[in-house]
Amino acid sequence: MTRWSLYLTAYRTIVTKEILRFSRIWVQTILPPAITTTLYFVIFGKLIGERIGEMGGYSYIEFIVPGLILMSVIQNSYANVVSSFFSTKLQHYIEELLIAPVPNWVVLAGYVSGGVARGTIVGFVVTLISLFFTDLAIHSYAVTLLVFVLTSILFALGGFINAVYAKTFDDVSIVPTFVLTPLTYLGGVFYSIELLPGFWQTVSMGNPILYMVNAFRHGLLGVSDIDIGLALLIILGFILALTAFSLNLLQRGVGIKQ
Amino acid sequence: MNALAIQNLHKTYSNGFEALKGISLEVEAGDFFALLGPNGAGKSTAIGIIASLINKSSGEVTIFGHDLDRERELAKQQIGLVPQEFNFNQWEPVVEILVNQAGYYGIPRHKAFIRAEKSLKRLDLWDKRTSQARSLSGGMKRRLMIARALVHRPRLLILDEPTAGVDIEIRRSMWDFLREINGQGTTIILTTHYLEEAEVLCRNIAIINHGRIVEQTKLTRLLSRLQTETFVLDIRQDLTEVPDLAGYPMQLMDPNTLEVVVKREQTVNRLFAELSQRGIEVLSMRNKQNRLEQLFMDLVDRSRAEREVTAS
Repeated sequence: MTRWSLYLTAYRTIVTKEILRFSRIWVQTILPPAITTTLYFVIFGKLIGERIGEMGGYSYIEFIVPGLILMSVIQNSYANVVSSFFSTKLQHYIEELLIAPVPNWVVLAGYVSGGVARGTIVGFVVTLISLFFTDLAIHSYAVTLLVFVLTSILFALGGFINAVYAKTFDDVSIVPTFVLTPLTYLGGVFYSIELLPGFWQTVSMGNPILYMVNAFRHGLLGVSDIDIGLALLIILGFILALTAFSLNLLQRGVGIKQ
Repeated sequence: MNALAIQNLHKTYSNGFEALKGISLEVEAGDFFALLGPNGAGKSTAIGIIASLINKSSGEVTIFGHDLDRERELAKQQIGLVPQEFNFNQWEPVVEILVNQAGYYGIPRHKAFIRAEKSLKRLDLWDKRTSQARSLSGGMKRRLMIARALVHRPRLLILDEPTAGVDIEIRRSMWDFLREINGQGTTIILTTHYLEEAEVLCRNIAIINHGRIVEQTKLTRLLSRLQTETFVLDIRQDLTEVPDLAGYPMQLMDPNTLEVVVKREQTVNRLFAELSQRGIEVLSMRNKQNRLEQLFMDLVDRSRAEREVTAS
């Protein structure tokens, strides 16, 4: 067995384990975002949206679809890794990985891929649901897929770091509730930042999720409040920084070794 | 060749507690080795460092010639660990736990299933393969951890209190299993609080106390140091007073139970002859204390006394 075949098998094992984990509990992992997003489409898209009229040159429901899909991807990629890795710590079965000849980057890649897998499945389900309410004409498949995957990776990494530091179940829910959700809602999912006064437009530019939502909207609709190149650079920059930070945490054994 | 070599291993935790104060240890390939010590002596810390679960402060660990720092992955491939606490996903099916562990060592799923089947059958867990681990009894969970530790066929198996809390029947069957795999060439390091277990299974022994190795020797050599043994005799007659036997200190525990201290140079034949002459019939005899337990306590007491002298 070569070193690389060991790494590949170990990586596949972690990813398979992660997919089996969230598939077994699909009622907790896949169904809730599908129901929530359906409610968003019905209430904001149909009932209220029809009275709002156009936004950014599109009907309101067409405008919010990209943001709602990406919001599901963000929340589920994050939630999968934070809950799964925190459980491995809590029940001590992280030791199965620590004792094995698996390098830290394989462990990280495995958990992040698990998060991306759940983000992708939920994103796909939400996209299918959106087709019941509006037509989706994809402006750029490349940009759409790129932003979808990169955003998923970024928030899976975020979930991993949260799990490393978490000591209690409260620590697992604090960041999604008090940081992630407000940033997502204020990240242009439901409105164009052109509607905001100048000062708040400038403040909004400090919200990284704004760039992701707008880049994804650009991929689907071809409209965006910000420059798509800058958005991709920001996402990639965050991914590199969080990857380096996560590997450093694993190397030092923060939260998992004494 | 050494299965394990530890040089000057130190560990100080972040709260300042010095758990290991420079221990050095060698375990030969094929050995059945006991690492003993009272609670908090440093056994689990040493095992944690060997298994990469705890970061060491300084020192060197070599496993079958592979340095744990410089050839980390090769060194890790040699080890299987059965920890003291249950550390598997309680919600996962039994067979999945084994298959996943094999995967972390580069064994593909289809081969891992074959190995898992063999291990689970050998440890009488095959019927439980689809059950969630949390539904197993304590003894089954211990056996599951042994099966998991062996799924990648390690050359060195480390067991930290493997029979804690299991009934006698399961303990004996685990002993048989451990003897069997040791006979097949797997080096075994065992920590246990049941000193009878160490005496029955192990050939070599190290005793650790307050982060230092206070003794490392062959078990037979250690037992030969025993100066006295205390026997408990069950007597047929009702005795009212302690029989007068010169050279054999005795104590009457109840009218039918006599405790006798026999020195190393004395024989039990003479003891029986003397008792017989006095018309006392012995129905049965047993050691009051496990022999290793007696030595263990002596060594731990001596180590404590030395520390007190140093401190004063």
